[in-house]
Amino acid sequence: MAVAKKTQPAQGVSRASEAGAVTEFSKDQELAAYRDMLHIRRFEEKAGQMYGMGLIGGFCHLYIGQEAVVVGMQMALKKGDQVITGYRDHGHMLACGMDPKGVMAELTGRRGGYSKGKGGSMHMFSLEKNFYGGHGIVGAQVSLGTGLAFTNKYRGNDNVALTYFGDGAANQGQVYESFNMAELWKLPVIFVIENNRYAMGTSVSRSSAQTDFSKRGVSFNIPGEQVDGMDVRAVHAAAEKSVAWCREGNGPFILEMMTYRYRGHSMSDPAKYRTREEVEKVRNEHDPIEQVRNRLLQKKWASEDDLKKIDASVRSVVNEAAEFATHDPEPDPSELYTDILQ
Amino acid sequence: MPTPVLMPALSPTMEKGNLSKWLKKEGDSVKSGDVIAEIETDKATMEVEAIDEGTIGKILVPEGTADVAVNTPIAVILASGEDKSSIKESGNGAAPVAAAKSAEAKVSAEPKQEAAQPPKLDIAPEADVPAGTEMVTMTVREALRDAMAEEMRRDGDVFVMGEEVAEYQGAYKVTQGLLQEFGARRVVDTPITEHGFAGLGVGAALGGLKPIVEFMTFNFAMQAIDHIINSAAKTRYMSGGQIGSPIVFRGPNGAAARVGAQHSQDYTAWYSQIPGLTVVSPYSAADAKGLLKSAIRSPNPVIFLENEILYGHSFPVPKLDDYLVPIGKAKVVRPGNNVTIVSWSIGMTYALKGAEELAKKHIMAEVIDLRTIRPMDIATVIESVKKTGRLVTVEEGWPQSGVGAEIAARVSAEAFDYLDAPVTRVTGRDVPMPYAANLEKLALTSVNDVVEAAKAVCYR
Ligand SMILES: Cc1ncc(C[n+]2csc(CCOP(=O)(O)OP(=O)(O)O)c2C)c(N)n1
Ligand SMILES: [Mg+2]
Repeated sequence: MAVAKKTQPAQGVSRASEAGAVTEFSKDQELAAYRDMLHIRRFEEKAGQMYGMGLIGGFCHLYIGQEAVVVGMQMALKKGDQVITGYRDHGHMLACGMDPKGVMAELTGRRGGYSKGKGGSMHMFSLEKNFYGGHGIVGAQVSLGTGLAFTNKYRGNDNVALTYFGDGAANQGQVYESFNMAELWKLPVIFVIENNRYAMGTSVSRSSAQTDFSKRGVSFNIPGEQVDGMDVRAVHAAAEKSVAWCREGNGPFILEMMTYRYRGHSMSDPAKYRTREEVEKVRNEHDPIEQVRNRLLQKKWASEDDLKKIDASVRSVVNEAAEFATHDPEPDPSELYTDILQ
Repeated sequence: MPTPVLMPALSPTMEKGNLSKWLKKEGDSVKSGDVIAEIETDKATMEVEAIDEGTIGKILVPEGTADVAVNTPIAVILASGEDKSSIKESGNGAAPVAAAKSAEAKVSAEPKQEAAQPPKLDIAPEADVPAGTEMVTMTVREALRDAMAEEMRRDGDVFVMGEEVAEYQGAYKVTQGLLQEFGARRVVDTPITEHGFAGLGVGAALGGLKPIVEFMTFNFAMQAIDHIINSAAKTRYMSGGQIGSPIVFRGPNGAAARVGAQHSQDYTAWYSQIPGLTVVSPYSAADAKGLLKSAIRSPNPVIFLENEILYGHSFPVPKLDDYLVPIGKAKVVRPGNNVTIVSWSIGMTYALKGAEELAKKHIMAEVIDLRTIRPMDIATVIESVKKTGRLVTVEEGWPQSGVGAEIAARVSAEAFDYLDAPVTRVTGRDVPMPYAANLEKLALTSVNDVVEAAKAVCYR
């Protein structure tokens, strides 16, 4: 099975403290995680549908399957902490609390989008929510995120920069240049490697000499941990620990999230590099949302009916966003020449 | 209410597809994410997933149907509690609403319409193609693949390397079939590490091999530009002529469709500035084939700039065992004597369509396909300007220090006396590429820009 079951202590990684058993969530935490993950899932399904209708163009990379990663990480953040990621960014933005209307309208290229329609699916930002993009060049966000952490250290605050990137991105040279500087200068950055097993059509084993990404910081003395990225509780526990590590001024931390993307790399990926059975197996046995759902029902913290209500309210938020993004006008033609310089 | 499932667009360029297979039948229950059908697009076979929970109420388009237009309702999904009878009441009503909505969206979602169709024009074959040579129609994509395959058969030192070139068959399917014919030793999938594999490629060239390095797109070659310029372009000079880098860097360059600022950039002018590099950028399939073969045989580093939108365009290609097009020679593609229009690559689609429009206004444009940007065949351009006295350059890149600026400077210096009007450049707008459909359309060069510029230099 591709996805690790439990949070495992990364062997040979210095200072990675013993990763304990999964800490149970309270009822409120379970419900919040359920809702937030479902929100991302439904949003992405809608985006896929709208792409199919020609309302969204170009590249559109869906986050379906990976929802527990951003939701679990976000639960450990406080005001002022920054988030940066690549082009598979819709989930990160929703987790940061960005308005689904503004995100969807950016996907359709309308004036109410977060970048006024100029950025598109891969390029959105919200200074208000401390979300720094939205980057299309694989690996670029790693140096940028390290720079956000540099800002925190420079200013002397205890904020942390979450820098998300993929298993494929983890092979870019600038990642290791950043690792070195981050540890050398003890920068408060968490490198969250979303290992979804594939970079486009290339599986991790075909691209990587060291496939345990939590060990990629060993020669820089950066602690690392492998986390079951399909279990939002495991993600949250790892987030708490690494955030505390950074806030205390100990320097960077690497979290390798074992996760999986259900959909193709982008909308036009025929996905011939894996079997349908492989995808089905993860969906059926490890789905991050189903896991929470089952616990909620088992513990009688929610009834089927309660969950249906949550689903209905999430769907209505998403539908409203889709409506808005369909009818919001395109940017004014004069916008072509604005925002290039101040 | 029953939800219609519409024929989805699965790539930015898809307009219709074949419904090859239903994986669910009427009455089957589905939940979102379940694969319900398979469709074939212009590039590949793709899966259609359910987006809602329910049961398949009715299949509207049977499997095996070809050319189903995007947004056609192909099935109806019933929510729990609904039965088939509700389809007649509201199901058919629901479908047109969705279809109408997206039809309105489609108008704005197709900024590339005018560039998407190659103009109907018989481009004369190369002068040295023997008379009576059979011409076969093929896409630029196929021509590039054939060029690589032929050179790999001919020379065991030629190999191809890049992201997704082997098992995936190329992100844009240009290397299709090469792994099967030549094996993993010569068709090498790399990690995503452009600076590293470009440098490794140059090293292999220094060592005597002849690498073809594919960049998934040239946008990502910016990661590797140090090796392209500092290692590949300069080594022959720095070694006093001892060691060269016979390497080809190839891949799609310029804007695709709706992929935003970081993925839509024309690098022609960037590379054309560098002594030590050869820069080639073909338009037709015949030139793509003949020039790529020449590039692979070149002892020098060649930047081979392709275009994603042109990959699917078909052209006649001479059926010859070894069709080579010389590097450094422009080609007069359409004769005329009122104004000279110079372009290359996708710019030719605007130039040629522009020329057709101008002919209707009795302005006969001579259209020149530059084909090689460095070394530049300025002699062919000047030859034409001597006849027409007017020159318009057409490129997708930015105006400042663009290729058009270079052409204008050289023609002004070398043929000033022949010019009856200032050399005029048609370029992309001086902005990063916006995502929004309407803004993207405004940012790109257009046929109308070409027509207006040509009229202006003819004082019409
Ligand atoms: C520098 C660069 N090279 C190549 C690409 C094309 N590309 C986009 S995404 C991708 C795969 C990245 O995979 P991974 O880092 O695992 O992230 P995932 O898509 O799985 O989230 C590639 C090769 C790019 N955008 N930038
Ligand atoms: Mg990946």
